[in-house]
Amino acid sequence: MKTETRDEQFYQPSVIGTILRTLHVDIPLFIGLFLISISSFVILYSAGGEDISILIRQATRVAFAFVLMIILAHVNPRQFQRYSSTFYIIGVMLLIAVLLFGYIGKGAQRWLDLGFFRFQPSEMIKITTPMMIAKFLSEYALPPKPKQFFIAALLIIIPTFLIAKQPDLGTSILVASSGAAVLFFAGLSWMFMLIIAGVLGLLTPVLWHFMHDYQKGRVITFLNPESDPLGKGYHIIQSKISIGSGGVHGKGWLGSTQAKLDFLPESSTDFIFAVFAEEFGLLGCLGLLLLYFLVIIRCLYIAVQAQDSYSRLLAGSLTFSFFVYVFVNIGMVIGILPVVGVPLPLISYGGTSMVTLLASFGILMSIHTHRKLLPT
Amino acid sequence: MSRHYTVKDSFAENRMFLSRVVAVLVFFSIMILGLVGRLVYLQVVGHNHYSMMAKSNRIKLAPIAPTRGIIYDRNGRVLAENIPSYSLELIPEQIKNIEQTLQKLQQLFAIPDEKIEQFLKQKKRSKRFSSIPLLVQLNDFEVAKFAVVRPYFPGVDLYARLVRHYPYGELTSHIVGYVGRINEKELKTLPVAEYRGTHHVGKIGIEKRYESQLHGQTGYSEIETNAQGRKIKSVATADPIPGENLTLTLDIELQKIAYDALEGQNGAAVAIEVKTGNVVVFASRPGFDPNPFVSGISNKAYKALQQSEDQPMFNRALRGQYPPGSTIKPFIALAGLEYNVIKARQKIFCPGYYQLPRLKHKYRDWKASGHGLVNMKNAITQSCDVYFYDLARNLGIDKIHEFLQKFGFGDKTKIDLVGEKAGLLPSKAWKKRARSQPWYPGETLITGIGQGFLQVTPLQLARATATLANKGKVVTPRLVNKFYNSEQTEITGVYEKKQIILNQQNVEDIFSAMINVIHGWRGTARRLSKGISYQIAGKTGTAQVFTVKQEEKYKEGELDSKLKDHALFMAFAPAHAPKLAVAVIVENGGHGGSVAAPIASKIIKQFLAETKVEATIK
Repeated sequence: MKTETRDEQFYQPSVIGTILRTLHVDIPLFIGLFLISISSFVILYSAGGEDISILIRQATRVAFAFVLMIILAHVNPRQFQRYSSTFYIIGVMLLIAVLLFGYIGKGAQRWLDLGFFRFQPSEMIKITTPMMIAKFLSEYALPPKPKQFFIAALLIIIPTFLIAKQPDLGTSILVASSGAAVLFFAGLSWMFMLIIAGVLGLLTPVLWHFMHDYQKGRVITFLNPESDPLGKGYHIIQSKISIGSGGVHGKGWLGSTQAKLDFLPESSTDFIFAVFAEEFGLLGCLGLLLLYFLVIIRCLYIAVQAQDSYSRLLAGSLTFSFFVYVFVNIGMVIGILPVVGVPLPLISYGGTSMVTLLASFGILMSIHTHRKLLPT
Repeated sequence: MSRHYTVKDSFAENRMFLSRVVAVLVFFSIMILGLVGRLVYLQVVGHNHYSMMAKSNRIKLAPIAPTRGIIYDRNGRVLAENIPSYSLELIPEQIKNIEQTLQKLQQLFAIPDEKIEQFLKQKKRSKRFSSIPLLVQLNDFEVAKFAVVRPYFPGVDLYARLVRHYPYGELTSHIVGYVGRINEKELKTLPVAEYRGTHHVGKIGIEKRYESQLHGQTGYSEIETNAQGRKIKSVATADPIPGENLTLTLDIELQKIAYDALEGQNGAAVAIEVKTGNVVVFASRPGFDPNPFVSGISNKAYKALQQSEDQPMFNRALRGQYPPGSTIKPFIALAGLEYNVIKARQKIFCPGYYQLPRLKHKYRDWKASGHGLVNMKNAITQSCDVYFYDLARNLGIDKIHEFLQKFGFGDKTKIDLVGEKAGLLPSKAWKKRARSQPWYPGETLITGIGQGFLQVTPLQLARATATLANKGKVVTPRLVNKFYNSEQTEITGVYEKKQIILNQQNVEDIFSAMINVIHGWRGTARRLSKGISYQIAGKTGTAQVFTVKQEEKYKEGELDSKLKDHALFMAFAPAHAPKLAVAVIVENGGHGGSVAAPIASKIIKQFLAETKVEATIK
């Protein structure tokens, strides 16, 4: 009986379903993203000093990013697969170009000045790297063999290293994790992963040696923020004060004293979660986390529903990246991770990461809405 | 291309992927739970702690300095007050072109370059929104001058602050003292919270002694500030409690009379109300103007004060230690009577000198020809030295020491001023301890006429005089005997109550001798008796500063002014119902009777005239 009903649904799609399929928009995901964006405007208005012009700028970016998302949703995943290597190679070349001729801002070389606008290739590589790995691995039987693993690992390390060199620790971690996620979803054996983790653990001191002073500083500060309350630890301490003083119910919208009186730095960008926690309290935070979690679950559902290895791996990886994004930002703001300059996805003020994120959601929608309507 | 031939097991891949998704979901859930746990820890467990930190982040306590208590004399005349003083201040943030503004102001007020430099230095250290003083203590003319052009100077304004002012200047400098900027040493001892808004503290005198009463309690304004410390708004305020007003026992009119009478001299005059110990006059000349000390005296002016030969900063009434000379004689005489060493009517022959048995040294009388046969009354009236050499020798230094100590000699009077000196009352024990020398009999003789080691302060002498006038009731001199706290309740000082047991007849004998000093025809201060309707009991004194050699004669005219004798006088009046006890010392003044006594007389005359008026009004 059950099978029959399901089959009927597949064969007789509703009118709305047909329209949505034509639009290639996944409604649950869209609603989730929309709600998060709304929260973004609400909190940004407060954190940005109740300046409407900031909201307008952000709204412009969000609109642009949503349009890009829907455009990408219309592209068939086959096309993504076909051009994955091309995108990857372009991305890596742009990263090299950044290191050679990049524009230096805030002490790091991340932008390419294209004359009409500044472009951050490291953002693009966040998507193209998992695409590349997914394409590469999906051409073989899964789980990957060691040889494939090492090639994949190399493909991950190249952009990761180039970004870390800029230096942009946050993004390089995200790129590495998105690549690693592909390997994980591809079914890399647990034993193998354990060994890799062990080797990486042993390599940590070596990594430490190659880190920039400011990056070392951040880690030290993270381990003991009170050691330098007016210097490097200031961000974390003020952020914890903001969050803690919010309590269960929060101080109410526009009620953040920490952000309003400039005690909390980067209150509109990387530390916006602290303002959110101060104004909306623990309950607000739980609500926001739930929203993120629902988006993630929907994304994982899309990954599970995907019909080929490439789509599955890419969808899983992009979801994983999104989670890492959320976790690293909140973890840093609440003081359980070092400060690595990752914005809170869809909420922090700023355009670049917003565009990348919504592009990846566009790909997810594309994967979901281009399925062949066949019974499984 | 071998890889294209790889066989893909779609079903197994699918199942494996699903298991990985489940694993990831579990992983995500655990991580999110971790975040939630941390949030609960911060927002529930740590809420109070972080709330407090957030509050202390933004709420700053701005102290509001209390108004310092006003000091009045006994008749309500203001001796220390707070007057507004204008300063010209600039707020850098509100000024477009600071250099130009400064140039314009410089033209307007002829500000020296160093002040501009000082301003610029302070500007560097200050926040952009804080007000920085350029000129302080503007006079009315300058205030008016700026008021006219004020609209052309945005960000520049006049500010009024209360500044301590002493209207009587040098007249009260040694009593009221002054306040000055808190220095680093004081910063360590003063209660930090109470002095957060206060810049001045009592340095000497009443200002220092009653600092805690005069200061009041600091109020606070809770100000919300941003991370840069800029004031956003006032949250709450706790008003400061002004300092207590003090009413001194001093009579500024009398003080002026005493001070004027000392004009041209270095000396001191102290007058104490006999019954209460209230200090009515406490003059030390020269004084100094305390007002420059409030705003910070210039180095040059301070050096001039310190290096002046007349030592205007030296409080002679409190810290000056002088040989009492003959003013000690009534006390020695009383000791003789009390110890039964001598009878009042017993006569002694004065040949003009005194010799210890078997010694050649002649202890000279001030009157080389001698006083002939003198009894106690004559000896005091004429100030016969030989009589007291003999009496002192018969008493011995131990008894003299014991008796004089009862009158407070050699001890601080415990007046409510800081820095009092104790004088010196010698004894055998003292000499052994301080000098490691035995006591010589000759030293007893000269102690009997108030010379030698014996040293008293004018305050001590006045107090001993009051005690004598009281017939043995010891009084503690006080400048403040009551003050009002914020509820206007009177707080009265606690006095030490002591009575020296004396034979009243002996006291009467001494009194009548002391009356004779002024009213007897041979009295050393007989000129005082003219034109008064009451009797004064007193004793003159002329203390040697310089020892005249055995075969030489003291010739006043030939001596350097610094080696001239000190002129002293102690008295109380009216003699039969004593109200006021006075001690006057004029450094290098010459004769007590001619120099010191008239000063005391002026004080007594005025005081009794005033109390008479008071009495008739009542």
